[in-house]
Amino acid sequence: MMKPQNARGVPLKDEDLKVGKVLTTEWRVKADYAWDCGIAIGRYFDGLKEGKILATRCRRCRRTVVPPRIFCEWCFKPMDEWVEVRDTGRVNTFSVSYFSWDMTPLEKPEVPAVVEIDGCSPGVGFMHLLGEVGDNLDEILRRVKVGMKVRAVWKPADQRTGAITDILYFKPEEE
Amino acid sequence: MERVAVLGAGMTRFMRRAQETGKELAWEAARMALDEAGLTLKDVECVALVSAPDAFDGVHMKGEYLADGAGATRKPFMRSFVGGGSGVFAIIHGWYHVASGHFDTCLVVAEEKMSSTMPHPQAAFNTIYDQFTERPLGVNLLWIFALEMNRYMQVHKIPLETIAQVSVKNKLNGLDHPCHQEGITPGPDLTVKDVLDSEIMVWPVHRLMVSPVTDGAAALVLASERVAKRMTDKPVWIEGVGWHLDSSYWTNRDLYYPKYVEYAARMAYRMAGITDPRKEIHVVEPYDPFAYKELHHLEGLLLADKGEAPRLLEKGVFNRDGELPSCPSGGLLGVGNPIAAAGTMKVAEIFWQLRGEAGARQVARPVKRGLAQAWGDLMQVGTVVVLGR
Repeated sequence: MMKPQNARGVPLKDEDLKVGKVLTTEWRVKADYAWDCGIAIGRYFDGLKEGKILATRCRRCRRTVVPPRIFCEWCFKPMDEWVEVRDTGRVNTFSVSYFSWDMTPLEKPEVPAVVEIDGCSPGVGFMHLLGEVGDNLDEILRRVKVGMKVRAVWKPADQRTGAITDILYFKPEEE
Repeated sequence: MERVAVLGAGMTRFMRRAQETGKELAWEAARMALDEAGLTLKDVECVALVSAPDAFDGVHMKGEYLADGAGATRKPFMRSFVGGGSGVFAIIHGWYHVASGHFDTCLVVAEEKMSSTMPHPQAAFNTIYDQFTERPLGVNLLWIFALEMNRYMQVHKIPLETIAQVSVKNKLNGLDHPCHQEGITPGPDLTVKDVLDSEIMVWPVHRLMVSPVTDGAAALVLASERVAKRMTDKPVWIEGVGWHLDSSYWTNRDLYYPKYVEYAARMAYRMAGITDPRKEIHVVEPYDPFAYKELHHLEGLLLADKGEAPRLLEKGVFNRDGELPSCPSGGLLGVGNPIAAAGTMKVAEIFWQLRGEAGARQVARPVKRGLAQAWGDLMQVGTVVVLGR
């Protein structure tokens, strides 16, 4: 005897919905949000607008972190200070994405990466995109290596809005 | 603390799109579990339910919506949720209810209907990313898996071929599962080359390394020792439970190793009195939404040294006839991945393996103790259960 036995369920194909073989009811959500950036990310974004990456530091835990927060989640005390870190870093890991946010295929792939930021504690960084690294997989895999040095490419100062996208991408930097 | 047994397990077929509503799926799975346990709804004293974000269904307060189908009408009812980790969190949550002595029986129900979001649940998935610093980059869910997989491969120098081997093993195992999702395995002669030739979605993730979008439900019936001894000669006991959550600042920690899975496993091993898991665990169902995840999790569970799981896989240790059979069900890659219900399917598989009822999926070695593990959220939660007979 093999369990489970006689499991139920009626599988449908997309086609079944299109031709009306089964009935559906549709509903479209309209949900807009505006999030207050809060104290830490608010100041972080002010920094980005000025072309600076700001981090917060906990002296007890000897840790400098981005994205900054007003509390240290390790010792649960307030962070001690704000520090400006560099806009350079090293690639911790990367990938090559052939799909957009809604799974539309992309002709030119994007290169998301985690960048460890210089001036932060070892292994601490944030996610962003890499640019100027090629248009196809072979080229990208030849040019991008884990551990390679990168530098932020900023939007022109008058176009910055105080958002993570004030950094356009990170590009390879000579050692 | 009361001893807690599993008396029955049930599930629906796993499907890309089910005609049944979530409520109907929950009822089908719960009914099978009750039948197998030899109980009826009037014997159920409380209900523990898991289901993923309400956004998948477009139904707010989905727990309450599902409650009738989950047998919870006019009963103590609780819903919990830790993303993909929910399926194993469900039995932990049910265990609490009975171990506390409050209840003699608990019906555990896990349901997921992902097909309602059109055309794909991706937009709902994307909301797990930080709304200030990540979402504006145009993220999709695969990014984070591709980033973690590449980190894991780079640190241990793991070839992509080895990762592809996980897909082959699990997808072929899944062919023996009566509930496997149609088309999830391209064919019985699937090879590593087929996996590597499948479309690159977000490098290094290829299409056949990803578990699909699935509708389905699974359920378990738990009982105190008092009830279990009256109901069955073959009780399966919950010997250990563990769970652990790491920071959602996921870019501040090294993704190559899931420390939170290790802490969850250590908690479960301690409770079960296990000191050498590699000898004392005989069959394992680690969470495998992506091919590399099975290896990553086997290491986190301390069933392989860091970076060693790929080599053990190559040696066949994790095959059904291997020393430590892993994902004999076929897992999420071979059966399907209805988020919150996937982990409960894994617990059900360990239950059936321990009772010798897995048929074509029954592992070759004798099994007295098995483990199921799930994982979820922003690469941050591990949930573990150890079952034994």
